[in-house]
Parts: sequence; structure tokens; C-alpha cells
Amino acid sequence: MRNWFNRKNIVSLLGIVLLYAVVQGLIVFDIMPPFYKLTLILICIYIILSTSLNLINGITGQFSIGHAGFMAVGAYVSAMVTVIMHGPLLLGLFAGAVVSALAGLIVGLPTLRLKGDYLAIATLGFGEIVRIVFLNMDFVGGAAGFTLPSKITWTWAFLLMVVSVILIKNFVGSTHGRACISIRENEIAAESMGINTTKYKVMAFTIGAFFAGLAGGIYANYMYIIQPGTFSFLKSFDILVMVVLGGLGSISGGIVGAIVYTLISALLAGIPEWRLVITAVFLVVMMIFRPTGIMGTKEFGLSFLRKKDDKNAASKN
Amino acid sequence: MDSITTQVFQQLINGLSLGSIYALIALGYTMVYGIVKLINFAHGDVMMVGAYSGWFAITVLHLSFLPALLFSMISCALLGVLIERIAYKPLRNASRIAALITAIGVSLFLEYGGMLVVTAQVRTYPPVFPDTKFIVGGVYFKYGDIVMLITAVVLMALLHFTVQYTKVGKAMRAVSFDKEAALLMGINTNNIISFTFAIGSALAAAAGVLMGVYFNTIDPLMGIIPGLKAFVAAVLGGIGIIPGAMVGGLMLGLVESIVSGLGASTWRDAVAFLILILVLIIKPSGLFGKNVREKV
Amino acid sequence: MPLLKIENLSKSFGGLKAVSNLNINIEKGELIGLIGPNGAGKTTLFNILTGVYEKTEGKMTFMDRDVSGLKPYQVTQRGMARTFQNIRLFDDLSVIDNVKVAYHQRTAYSTFSALLRLPSYFSGEEEMQRKAMDLLKIFNLDDKAEETAKNLPYGEQRRLEIARALATDPKLLLLDEPAAGMNPQETHDLMNLIRWIREKFNLTILLIEHDMALVMGVCERIYVLDYGMIIAQGAPDEIKRNPKVIEAYLGEEVV
Repeated sequence: MRNWFNRKNIVSLLGIVLLYAVVQGLIVFDIMPPFYKLTLILICIYIILSTSLNLINGITGQFSIGHAGFMAVGAYVSAMVTVIMHGPLLLGLFAGAVVSALAGLIVGLPTLRLKGDYLAIATLGFGEIVRIVFLNMDFVGGAAGFTLPSKITWTWAFLLMVVSVILIKNFVGSTHGRACISIRENEIAAESMGINTTKYKVMAFTIGAFFAGLAGGIYANYMYIIQPGTFSFLKSFDILVMVVLGGLGSISGGIVGAIVYTLISALLAGIPEWRLVITAVFLVVMMIFRPTGIMGTKEFGLSFLRKKDDKNAASKN
Repeated sequence: MDSITTQVFQQLINGLSLGSIYALIALGYTMVYGIVKLINFAHGDVMMVGAYSGWFAITVLHLSFLPALLFSMISCALLGVLIERIAYKPLRNASRIAALITAIGVSLFLEYGGMLVVTAQVRTYPPVFPDTKFIVGGVYFKYGDIVMLITAVVLMALLHFTVQYTKVGKAMRAVSFDKEAALLMGINTNNIISFTFAIGSALAAAAGVLMGVYFNTIDPLMGIIPGLKAFVAAVLGGIGIIPGAMVGGLMLGLVESIVSGLGASTWRDAVAFLILILVLIIKPSGLFGKNVREKV
Repeated sequence: MPLLKIENLSKSFGGLKAVSNLNINIEKGELIGLIGPNGAGKTTLFNILTGVYEKTEGKMTFMDRDVSGLKPYQVTQRGMARTFQNIRLFDDLSVIDNVKVAYHQRTAYSTFSALLRLPSYFSGEEEMQRKAMDLLKIFNLDDKAEETAKNLPYGEQRRLEIARALATDPKLLLLDEPAAGMNPQETHDLMNLIRWIREKFNLTILLIEHDMALVMGVCERIYVLDYGMIIAQGAPDEIKRNPKVIEAYLGEEVV
């Protein structure tokens, strides 16, 4: 267990706790305006979404643009569990994530043989099919949507976000994550080095779908209402843009992208008619002048601390 | 004829009309993909702009159908070239994902920029055709349906002729086969790519005008779903293959009208996407495509 | 029973026969060369053996088991590893991570312990790090372990590819033109390296190469392929004198 408590992890943990405490304090003492709280919780949700999509698109190199579909599955399933079946919140979130992961498995197995643009279009088609299915389900409200109580607090949203990011980061930083990256780098070579590429593509896709479903569940149990229209391919694009904005393949980049994009959207909320026009121009300009995103594939890390650890270890030897 | 046969024929006519619109849009997708390997997500929105220019030509400039159609096609051809030069050309050697995201950006720009210009309000398309109906064996042919089908067929024939028999068409095929080799053979690839965008966008504009005539109403977001459907049609026929886009469009139109005819119209879009996924899984190169494999 | 036994192996692409009726036997510990003009079907044979292509006809037995119809990763698990004619490294990964990917199939801890960072994660990673470092030392790449693979000079990329293949712990190593693009000095070093790794790792090696000095210098037996068929086989001296081989290489000097 000594490996858990290196200097880097301890500093990160302190930072996370501090961030949580400051926001929680502002909320408890009623200093935080509701719009800010909404934005912060949305940031948590979008961080889970962008990090999980990054696992599929950036780490494994499989171009998926149907993430809103998995989000929808998680949202509706968790809503069914918490409202229709009167289940507890955590069970609802978990059920949503698991069903979404199953959907990921079912969609991923046949479609992940496809490459590049073809896979992108197939996943986009899947996302739209999911939306239309919920549109046609009358017992969850159809087009009018499904209302549910708002049970998610800042504590829940933040905690679930932190746990999701840590789990995905642990996966990426393991030999399994390296297997996924090797597929992105050169699929034929990966297969020749003994990597079961189908297995790892489906695994990354399923894990990505799991966390997208979780984020969908958090979204549903916070926003009072969910409608099929919310989960259209525009939402998938939003998530994709966050990942690319931050830097495909960089977990911290995905987080930065989610924060920046959500903040921009929030800032432009006052001029809704201009919001998407500005976003669009921003996107095109970004792609032309810095297509690698804010972070590229680099990680924003505390590596200067780790180096000290290494030095300490070296001097002990 | 008995009523069921009549109904079937009626659905066939509807399906072909709708399908010919899809085919016109799909042609632009397929040509652009064939030549720069880019899914031009903004293509459906170019169609929307075409619908609005047609609307403008008819209601404000008081042009009749054919001049309005030409007006709209020319404006969108210019728009297509402009989009390519400003947004796509700088990214020609960038990653596919960067190009795709740019296309999404252009698409959002046209949709919501368009909304700023013409407002989100739904506009009614002026009636350009007489309300005449021909009845053959109990099946109704609207005057508009016939003009639409004829317009679509004439445009496709023109395109086929251009691509197969003219010099610029040969250059287009050469560029889509191998851009560098074409350049070495003295073909100005930049001009050919611009020309491809111009033709594709002009066809989309024509589809937009026909769409306005067919459905009577237009709005700034009208291009999204038909755009996606047309893409499905292009994939169905084999992306990059011109006759494939035509057949794919017509087939998709027919399938949709059959689904609607069976009373499941709310599932219509889902069926289109299901077809897309099935085609991609079973034969990703489409009905007319050849399989290619990576050289190891 | 030979380590690898290929019987009547054929592969056609459409109407074109890329290889036809190949019969090859490789005994354990041998170092075999596979030569022939461009387009003779040498790389195609590698691709069939490693499961990248499916054979049309014939039988392939490796370590007493039929290996036809297996996926590439399964072939690798059975103990056959390869390098590529056009280098296929994991370009954006570090040198050491390239090697660690190849250790994955034999040393992986569970996904569960990866997610939760259980002790087996740390011991597994430590083991991989140690093994990979040891291997890189052998190939004189240890001081470049943290460099990005694509930034290595050409010759070192070729060496890294061989190191990576060895990390899969193969019994049979397939090398596809390992000396391509190397200068005479580098080729000479490569010859010594090939001989040395065969002893050290107890390997059997099948080698495609155009550099005749290398092939004639290290291989004990040579198969010559032309138009997808074996036109000659034997010791280097016999091959040099074989009129069929000279004819196939007409215009090219046989050393």
C-alpha cells in the first residue's frame, strides 16, 4: 500500500479535498448563487463525459460520436429506477451505468470492426436510434419528457466525478491502458504483439459507455426533467468538442476542455442567439490554428513532485 | 385497381419524390467524400441555405420556378466554394478528426448564423406550381411531384455526363483516385476541389428548393435530418460512388414511405439509421463499393 | 517433428496466386533465410503464418499444432513473433512502453486490480519495468528508454522492433528485411546481433532479406521464392551456384 501514498497522490488528494470544501462552504453558507452551482455541477457531469469519451476516442483511437446515446440510456434507466420503481439514488445511478455499459457492449461488438469515419457514423446512428426509442416510449413521457426530483447535491456530483476520473486514469495508466494506446498507434502491430485488439476496443468502449451512463444518471437526477431532445447528436458533438478542445488522448486535457467549454457556454448563456455561432467560429478557428487542443497529448501533472520521489528512491539505493 | 395496390403505388410515388431529394443531397456528400475524404457535415445546411435563397428569389424577386432554382444553385455554389476555401482548405493535411470537427463547426455556424439572419420563424414556401393533379389508375400524381422527379433526373443526368465525358469530370475522377499523381499530371487540384464543392452545393441547393416546394415550410434547422439521411443514402450506395448515391437516395426514400405507410412514421428516422448501421456492419463499402484492405 | 511445418500452402488474391504449393520445414534452433525478387510472395508468407491473411489451401503446423485460422494475437501467444518490412512501432509511445506492450500477454494483472491499484498492479508493473529494462540493455537502448519511439534514428527503430518482438517470448522469430536501409557497418552489427539473440533466447529464426551478404553470412539454410513458388533450397553455397536462382536474379548480382 505504500505505493498509494506517494507525495504526488497526497498533494492531489489535498487539492481535491480543498476544492470540495471551499465550494461546499460557499453553498452551505448560501453565498453561491444558484447559477454558479448549476454550472459547477454541470462541469462535474461533463468531466465524466469527456473523460469517458477520451478513453474511446483519444486513448484507444476509435472515433465515436454517439456518446449522448449512452448518456440517454443512463439518464432514463436511472430515472426509471429512482422514480417508477422508487429505488434509492445510488442504485438508480449504478443501474443506469450498467445498462449503458451493456448497450456499449452490444453496439461495440459488431461496429468496432469499422474504421475512422465509418465507425463515427455508425455510432452517430446508434445515438439517434436511442433518442428515437425514448421518444416512442410513452411511459417515460415521450417527447414531453420525464420529470423527477432533484436529488443530486454538489457532494454527490463532485464525489462521483472524482471517483470516475481516478478509475479511468488508473485504467489508462495500466498495462490494459497501454494495450488500448497501442491499438491507437498501430493496430496491426498491436495485434502482432499479442494484444487482442477486439477485446480491448470493446473493453474501452464498454467502460466509456458505463461512465457516460453514470453521467447521464447524475444529469437526470439533478435537472428535474429529461427529454429525448436533450440527448441529440448535438450533445454528442458538445462532448467531442470538449475532448478535442482539451487535447485528444490527454485525460487532464479532457478535464480542462470540459471546464473551459462549460464555462464558455455559461458565459454566453445571456446571449443565447449568439452562443452557438460563437462556439462554431471558435471551433473552426481552433481546428485551423491549434488542432491538438489545449494540452495536446500531454498530461497536466505533478511530475516535478514525482521526480523528487525518484531522487529520494535513488539516493536510498 | 383495388385500393391496396393503389395505396402501394401512391407510397411508391411519394417515396420516389422524397428519395430524389435525398439523392440530390447525397450526390454532394459522395462527391466531396470521394475527392477530399471529408464527411461534409455542413452539406445539409447548404441545402437549407439553398431553400432560403429559392424562397427569397420567388417571394422577393418574384422569379418563377426555374430562374429561382438557378439563382439558388448559383448562390450555393459560391457558398460551397467559400466554405471550402476558408474552413476546409487549411486543414487538408490535418487529421480526419480535425476536419470532421471543422465541418461540424461550419454546420453549426450556418444553422445558428442563419437563425440570426432569417430568425427561427418557420416560413411558408410560396406555391410555385398549379394545384393540378393527374390520376392514373387511381394513383394521384401532383404536378409538383412530376416537376420534382424530372428536375432531379435531369440534374443527375447532367452530373453523370459532366463527370464521365468532360475534361473537368475526368480531372475530378483523377483527383479522387490519387491527388498527388493528378497534381503531377498538371491538374490544378485546388480548382478541381473547388469545382466539386460548387457542383455538390448547387445540387444541394436544388434539393433545398424542391424540399421547400414539397413540404411547404422551411426553417434554419431543416437541413440537419435530411442531411444525415442523405449521408445514410450515400453510405448505402457506397460512399464516393456517384450512381451509388442516386440509387441509395431513392431506396432510402422508398423505405421511409413504406415505414410511414405501415403507420410507424415516428420510427421512420430510426429505421434509416438502423439501415445505416446494418450496411456498415455487413458491407461497409456499400452496395456498389469494392472492399479495400490495408497493405501489411 | 519440425518446429514449423508448412505443407502445400497456397494463397490467392482474386485470381492471382500470391504463393502456391509451398513446402517448408524448419527445425528447432535453425536460422533460415527466405530470399527472392520483389513480389515473390515472401511477406505474404509471413502474413499468412502470423494470421494477418487467411490461407487458401494447405496446412501449417507450429509446435505440433495447427495454426491456420488463428488471429494474429493468438499466433503470437503460441510463440511466433515478427517484425515488419515498413517499421510499425507505436510511434507516440516511449521506447520502454513499446516493449511493455509486448509483455502484456504474458504478464498482465487483472483489469480489476488495475482499476483499484491493488498490490498485484504494483508488482506487475515493477516486473514489466525490470524485464523491459533488461531487454533494452541487451539492445543498447536502455539510455533511450524514455524517448518517444518515433524520434529514434532509423537503425535504432529497427532494433527496437526486434526487441519488442522478443518481449512476446517467441520460439520462432520472423524478421522481415531487418537490414533494409542500414549501412554496411550497421548491417554487420545486425548480423552479430541476430546470431547472438538466437543463442541467448534459444530461438529459431526465419529471415527475409535482400542483403545477400547478410543472408549468406548468417543463414544455415535458404529458401528461394519466385512467383510464389520455391525454386530452390539448400545451404548458402549451393544457392549461390544454383542456375535457377541466378536466372531469377538475372541482372542482380548474387554475392
